[in-house]
Amino acid sequence: MEIKHTAVAGTMESSDALVTIENGDGIQLSITSPVIHQFGNRIRAVVLETLENLDVRNAAVTVVDRGALDCTLKARVEGAVFRAADCSEHGIPWGGGVK
Amino acid sequence: MINAVGRDIPEEVLKATGREVFQGAFYYDNKEYTKAAPTVRANIDPKRSKLVSSIREALEKCGAHDGMTVSFHHHFREGDYVVNMVMEEIHNMGLKDICICASSLGKAHDPIVPYIEDGTITKIMSSGVRGKIGEAISAGKLRDIAVMYSHGGRVRNIEEGRVHIDIAFIGAPTADECGNLRPSGGKSNCGVLSYAYVDAQYADKVVAVTDCLVPFPNIPASISMVNVDYVCKVDAIGNPDKIATGAAKPTTDQRKLLMAQYCTDFVAATPYFKDGFIYQTGVGGASIASTIYLADIMRERNIHMGLGLGGIATPMVRLLEEGLIGKLVDTQDFDLGAVESAEQNPNHIEITGSEYANPMNKGAYVNQLDFVILAALEVDTHFNCNVITDSTGMITGAQGGHPDTATGAKCTIVITPLLQGRSPAVCTDVTTVTTPGETVDVVVTEYGIAVNPSRPDLMEAAKRCGVPLYTIEQLRDMAYAIVGKPDPVQFADRVVGIVESRDGTIIDVVRQIKEFDFSN
Amino acid sequence: MNHPNKKRLRRSMMFLNCQKPALIKDPYIYKPDSIMLDLEDAVAENQKDAARFSLFHALREIDYHGVERVVRINGLDTPHWREDVRVCVAGGADVIRIPKCTCANDVHVVEGAVLKAEEEFGREKGSTLLMAALESCYGVLNCLEICKSSDRLIGVALSGGDYTKDLQTHITGTGVELNGARQMMIIAARAAGVQCFDTVFTNLDDMEGFRRETEMIHSMGFDGKSIINPRQIPVVHQVFTPTQKDIIFAEKVVREIDTKKAQGIGVFTVDGKMIDIAFYDGAKRTLMLAKAAGVYGGDLI
Repeated sequence: MEIKHTAVAGTMESSDALVTIENGDGIQLSITSPVIHQFGNRIRAVVLETLENLDVRNAAVTVVDRGALDCTLKARVEGAVFRAADCSEHGIPWGGGVK
Repeated sequence: MINAVGRDIPEEVLKATGREVFQGAFYYDNKEYTKAAPTVRANIDPKRSKLVSSIREALEKCGAHDGMTVSFHHHFREGDYVVNMVMEEIHNMGLKDICICASSLGKAHDPIVPYIEDGTITKIMSSGVRGKIGEAISAGKLRDIAVMYSHGGRVRNIEEGRVHIDIAFIGAPTADECGNLRPSGGKSNCGVLSYAYVDAQYADKVVAVTDCLVPFPNIPASISMVNVDYVCKVDAIGNPDKIATGAAKPTTDQRKLLMAQYCTDFVAATPYFKDGFIYQTGVGGASIASTIYLADIMRERNIHMGLGLGGIATPMVRLLEEGLIGKLVDTQDFDLGAVESAEQNPNHIEITGSEYANPMNKGAYVNQLDFVILAALEVDTHFNCNVITDSTGMITGAQGGHPDTATGAKCTIVITPLLQGRSPAVCTDVTTVTTPGETVDVVVTEYGIAVNPSRPDLMEAAKRCGVPLYTIEQLRDMAYAIVGKPDPVQFADRVVGIVESRDGTIIDVVRQIKEFDFSN
Repeated sequence: MNHPNKKRLRRSMMFLNCQKPALIKDPYIYKPDSIMLDLEDAVAENQKDAARFSLFHALREIDYHGVERVVRINGLDTPHWREDVRVCVAGGADVIRIPKCTCANDVHVVEGAVLKAEEEFGREKGSTLLMAALESCYGVLNCLEICKSSDRLIGVALSGGDYTKDLQTHITGTGVELNGARQMMIIAARAAGVQCFDTVFTNLDDMEGFRRETEMIHSMGFDGKSIINPRQIPVVHQVFTPTQKDIIFAEKVVREIDTKKAQGIGVFTVDGKMIDIAFYDGAKRTLMLAKAAGVYGGDLI
């Protein structure tokens, strides 16, 4: 998927994550989290895997995590990617790219 | 060297602190020792006045010097002004290498962090270091290794002479010119002066700081004039609204109420729940809710609590007034209702820190507890608890009476939500051990309870009470199934603090925090 | 078509905002019978897309320990509902709640989209159940045809807030403004053999009022009530669960009727009450309800 413009999904509420996606060269990922020690590696793995499933190869991704579970992280990354590609409202590949 | 809870205490730390490793909660039981004593001065001349006009004058008259140890109590909680006032004067005098021996330090004391950074303060001994002081210690800004002790452990430190207090500063809501101190009768009442008692007995010099000078004799006194050198009147020793807060409204959070229900159902099924039982609880929402539910059962079954112990808040006071509790013995008041009751109710009695929890006297109140309900940041599959470091390794909490009550009580219950945000409160190994698993009997979460396998008697009660019963490993697995398996917190090598067990041995160390490194 | 869960226990249905991750993590600890993940009113217009991703992963990855997952999609008058149906079916939602239902055709339209999605995502045809929320006068008047509109339809629920606006009045707390709707809906639902659920009670501080309202709709015959906060669950379950006394009486009735039937006796007394064959189904239903609620371990059903 191509990132056409900057997009954001999620909030700063407890257990959520605020994910911002912009144009980038390759994948650049920046993560902050109150549980960075305990789950930093896992958060990174989940974000990268989600981007891969959506075939996003070039993006600058910022994750402001507030203790989100994997399912929420995936949802926020997907939300931001589809919004950045202007196709978040219909025809989502549920069970395909979104798994 | 590996200690009895499996934590490795570096040799340099043992040498630098002159301590042994933790070898079990009852390692020093029956140990014989001689107590330390202060160096004091006779006051025979009745014409001498103890009044000083300022903190500075008090410091000078006490011979304040580089490298001295000063002490404070925390009965003014987040409303305290005394620590900051005194440290500012010490700083202005250009003194250095000061050791603070406090019963606890909190966010109210954030202003002394610059004095840590510039070397005025080089050593801190305290039950808790919440707020910016904890951050500064975790960041490695304190020159010497911090010592974190329990309430009982502080008393022991002082009585056995491991800590020698040069000047004790005792904030007193009322004082007379001779130094009789009371925790009430003034404008910043705190109910009790329990933690200051040992300071008054063992410090070389004792300075009372009050904002309410009253006519002699200010008796019955919590701290007697025979132990006080100087009395200093200031405008305000603290903020009354933060010392005696309004009583917290009972929680309506269903999660906490679920935990409270499980806790109460279990307590009521144990053989210790009978007329005259002795009980202590904390002030968290779930702990208080549990006490309120327990009171319903007490009324139903006509069972009275013989004695309530500890830090006291209004709900316990109401039960005392109702006649459901025989007496309260009090070491700290958490709200206005507790302060007033301490002043007025003859069955609400102030006790000293030593009477409360000192493991090395001839038997403290904690040894008589049937139940204690405690909170924790983390508890692991060995039932060890962590009450001081958070999920980033930062020092944020306080031992308080946690290990003291856990060791003394016949039934120690730790009540905690299964998850704190994404952090699992029930885990394989806690980040920092503050309370050894051998003293913890039951863990209560909103998912169900787990009983320490070393207590088959309590396991029977747990099976009877109808609460979902799991092994501690199962609770941990439930937590990990939701949030994932956590990696351990990454620390730098430098040890910035020791966690002292009740008996002075080292149960764990805290290292300097560091930024997280992603594994590659 | 066989829908094994169509008549499951639904005493409590707890509303949850899909966009609030903190709330959807582990609501099963409060033991509601169903949870209702909301894509409609709780989600802002410009967050409908994001909410769907949250929903999909919640349905697929969070273990709700047997609690039924209902999803409220957006209304048929919005551009969102079709994608909502796709994500519900793909995610494996148990029931789709259709808001603002006015006639049987509304249900048919949604059913068509659901069938298509079941094909698209390889879900067993007919495995997604439906329920209809009635929020208007027309909806209430058409209740019988709505109840009979589809094999998948488990029942109807009253949305009191919007309905009273349509009536041009408001929620008074006395229930008088909801009487008409409640009566029509329970009568129609029973005639059609489906379930019937009452509207939410929004004043969390008035637990006494909540209990009274719950007892009233229980007496009217409702199957359950919508919930907005976990603290309402124990009250609903208490009201809707047969007491031990009820269970013992129901057991007696069932046993006596079975025995007396064999002896050719049609009318008799149990505990001083006059009983005939007409009481049989009700007594059996009491025991089934008790069993589903986990308070009956006997073998009469």
